Amino acid sequence: MSDSFEDFDMDNDISDTAVFTADDGPAASTPPKSIDDQPAIMSARNVDVFYSDKQAIKSVDLDIPQNRITALIGPSGCGKSTLLRTLNRMNDTIPTARVEGDIRFAGQDIYDSSVDVTALRRRIGMVFQKPNPFPKSIFENVAYGLRIHGLATSKADMKDRVIAALKGAGLYDEVADRLDDPGTSISGGQQQRLCIARAIAVEPQVILMDEPCSALDPIATAKVEELMEQIRERFTIVIVTHSMQQAARVADKTAFFHLGELVEEGPTEKIFTNPENDRTQAYISGRIG
Amino acid sequence: MQPEHIVSSFDEDLNRIDSKILEMGGLIEHAFEGATKALKREDADLAKDILRIDDEINALEAEINEMVLVLIARRSPMASDLRSAIMTLRIAGQLERIGDYIKNVGRRTHTITSNDAFIGSTSTLIRMAKDAQAQIRNALDAFNRRDAELAEDVRQSDEQIDQLHNTLFRELLTYMMEDTRNISGCMQLLFIAKNVERIGDLAVDIAQEVIFMVTGEWPDEKRPKGDRTPRMVFDEDA
Repeated sequence: MSDSFEDFDMDNDISDTAVFTADDGPAASTPPKSIDDQPAIMSARNVDVFYSDKQAIKSVDLDIPQNRITALIGPSGCGKSTLLRTLNRMNDTIPTARVEGDIRFAGQDIYDSSVDVTALRRRIGMVFQKPNPFPKSIFENVAYGLRIHGLATSKADMKDRVIAALKGAGLYDEVADRLDDPGTSISGGQQQRLCIARAIAVEPQVILMDEPCSALDPIATAKVEELMEQIRERFTIVIVTHSMQQAARVADKTAFFHLGELVEEGPTEKIFTNPENDRTQAYISGRIG
Repeated sequence: MQPEHIVSSFDEDLNRIDSKILEMGGLIEHAFEGATKALKREDADLAKDILRIDDEINALEAEINEMVLVLIARRSPMASDLRSAIMTLRIAGQLERIGDYIKNVGRRTHTITSNDAFIGSTSTLIRMAKDAQAQIRNALDAFNRRDAELAEDVRQSDEQIDQLHNTLFRELLTYMMEDTRNISGCMQLLFIAKNVERIGDLAVDIAQEVIFMVTGEWPDEKRPKGDRTPRMVFDEDA
């Protein structure tokens, strides 16, 4: 078994089920495929997470469908961000955190001792709540990841990849004439899209987003949501959000957490129109916080 | 019973919309009662009230539409609240249609005189109207109590009205064949009967929407349906 995660190509590792792209989308007459039928790129089984003695996540089972957007929702302290961080081992940086259970990416146990965490995080990128550009130029912010992973073959290739990532994040037109300006000089919404460009530059397969719009105004939020919609054809997205409306707008699948438990998960339209669990119903209709 | 919303004014908004639906229901009941009495020749003046009541019903529908629109814009209702909001819009529309049918009934009652040969058939029509009134009342009770079982009863009970409609249709055809001078009056009675039969159907629609509101699922399409009148005409021709 490889532990480099370099050979996790969607084409041969996950499933041979067709993945819709912009060019070969489903014909108009083809009914949209149910989210339940979409193959899972990641899966969590019986996952418990502890911070010292306190249990933050209790026996969670969850599949993350490939090339779809999965939203994790729930009140503060319900464990949704904790679960997100277990998906690319960000909890490794918290000394008191302990993860038990099985989390697989493309079928491989990501907590196996032989796993190269840097390689894993290249495949499973992350965008945080607060835009956090490096104190470098816009160009260097995107080039950095490409450089440390040795993904660019030449200076020209590096430039092409940076521009492609900025275009992919819908930012290039806004910053084309100031690529050498500091990444911190652009607006908050642009900074967040710069962080997304930085994440997608290294061509991950999964992007984890931890409340990516909570610091943004509605227009910047709409641009990030539009971007998510566009890039989900190439990437799998898992988003933690406090905004139920955002989950309803962008997600294909929604999972509701409460007090560390995964209460209910399913197609977004089902969760927001006819949830099965009373706790889900009470939370999404504003009856419990 | 669901717990209250954290934002109590959300509950107040929802309750206000429910009250408006029930207010529409009350007016419809009053108007329908008037139309039925006019049919029985008990109080022809009541039929005149119906036009005025219909205006009130239309105004209430517009008010409910506005209230639901504002609720959706301001509260972003989800799950059962969302289903309630959308179904309430539909129910208001159906009650408005019921008001129109009652108005049509009221307009035609004066064309029937107690000398008409077919006057006996009005008793069947009055039974139909009573049944339809009960169906509306039960559908609105089901709405008010969010009672899917009662709503299912309404769905199952519509067949009775359809069967009375079939009986009436047959009777009136006979009168028309017996004497062509009966045609005009019988036709008026048939129009009234068709309106009452449609009111019954709309009560079923409301009941189905209550079921969706409560359970999140539409009831099975299959339910007893008894309207045989389209085939009856062709049978007679054959």
